[in-house]
Amino acid sequence: MTKKIVVTGVGATTPLGGDVPSTWQALLAGESGISTLEKEWIAKYEIPVTFAGQAKVPASEVLTPQEAKRLDPSSQFALIAAREAWADAGSPEVDPIRLAVEYATGIGGVWTLLDAYDTLREKGPRRVLPMTVPMLMPNGPAAAIGMEIAARAGVRTAVSACASGTEAIANSIALLQSGEVDVVVAGGCEAAIHPMPIAAFASMHALSRRNDNPKAASRPYDVNRDGFVMGEGAGALVLETEEHALARGAKIYAELAGGAVTSDAHHITAPDPEGTAAARAVLKALKQANATIDDVAHINAHATSTPVGDIAEYHALLRVFGDKLGSIPISATKAATGHLLGGAGAIEAIFTLLALHHRKAPPTINLDNQDPEIPLDVVTKPRELPAGQLVAVSNSFGFGGHNAVIVFKSYEA
Amino acid sequence: MALSQAEVLSGLAELVNEETGISTGDVQLDKSFSDDLDIDSISMMTIVVNAEDKFGVKIPDEEVKNLITVGDAVNFIVSANA
Repeated sequence: MTKKIVVTGVGATTPLGGDVPSTWQALLAGESGISTLEKEWIAKYEIPVTFAGQAKVPASEVLTPQEAKRLDPSSQFALIAAREAWADAGSPEVDPIRLAVEYATGIGGVWTLLDAYDTLREKGPRRVLPMTVPMLMPNGPAAAIGMEIAARAGVRTAVSACASGTEAIANSIALLQSGEVDVVVAGGCEAAIHPMPIAAFASMHALSRRNDNPKAASRPYDVNRDGFVMGEGAGALVLETEEHALARGAKIYAELAGGAVTSDAHHITAPDPEGTAAARAVLKALKQANATIDDVAHINAHATSTPVGDIAEYHALLRVFGDKLGSIPISATKAATGHLLGGAGAIEAIFTLLALHHRKAPPTINLDNQDPEIPLDVVTKPRELPAGQLVAVSNSFGFGGHNAVIVFKSYEA
Repeated sequence: MALSQAEVLSGLAELVNEETGISTGDVQLDKSFSDDLDIDSISMMTIVVNAEDKFGVKIPDEEVKNLITVGDAVNFIVSANA
């Protein structure tokens, strides 16, 4: 018996805002969360990229000093997003053995790891903090959330680079369908605006170098796009069986109707230009959602603003939707938020389900000259979505050839 | 210059507060770090290393397990500093 899975709570901290309402408002208003980094290490190490999407509200303004001290910045963002989502869901009373966490990161506690190595070299091993290991481990964010809400049905961490957040949400479906849990807190986070990851991504020419105009740097589908922009933050969703949600009278944002994960086995970083496996992920997710390509009313694309990535995704979508593709409103929200790596799929899932909930597709900023090789119907001003049951797709792809896709349906009580 | 017991207690209470959020007034000589103040071994090690820096003493790892109460730690630091 297939269960209906619904979203009953959302939380986020992003370059656009410290919570979901402020992030969504800023997104609809066409704001950019990208700015110049005022950090001494930019000049000190001659970092070639001098901007990023920093969290609009620093975690230190939200958490107590003692909480922050024991959590890597990635876990700090995760906990902030999860608390908002949990409160938004009405802080449900759930049997702890039927409550799970599926929470992702792309890199994990990179600040903690590198700070500890600096401490080791400068001050010796005794000064390496005893909390270093639990703070740097990639399951740290999931574990922090699990302890916060007393989840005892398992706390799991998908790690698939920039597909991680979406993969965690997709993985939640099987868990909820198994009948072993009633509620899952799912999502992803990242806090990698540190000189080393920026240098590393810059070294592979993945990052935009538009240092003179950071707000215009993330420009998916624009003919002058030159790479992605690092972002930081987190998103969290409270997912539960419809039965459980209805029994406790919860408000329901949308149905999480399908999810799928495939892999390219093509190249460690380059997407398969044919997009075969990415297309198969979309089709599998739609099939699980019991939806057809004709039902899809909105797509939140992965669209990171890299020259090759945006076009590869277009080819994958073309493979799935064919002639229908040109009439589907597509939003590329990384234009405003930057790329949150392991957190991207989580905040984009929230944007996708809010688009259905509010019947409004969010805009894609910075699209001045659309690449003629990507003739999509890109939403550049907030656009009303039609009445009736709507289906929306959110894509995420990651280094390693990871493809993760989730499908939401608008929910009618 | 040797530190008094009161100076060490006050300084140690600040380190405990900084690490755990426990009010400095609750850090008293007869309190057990683990049973009364609920300080776990990880926080304890951080407090120990910070205390070494603050008071200019060396607290060997094998000594830490003997520091059951705040008074034990204060006395150790006072005598090590003398």
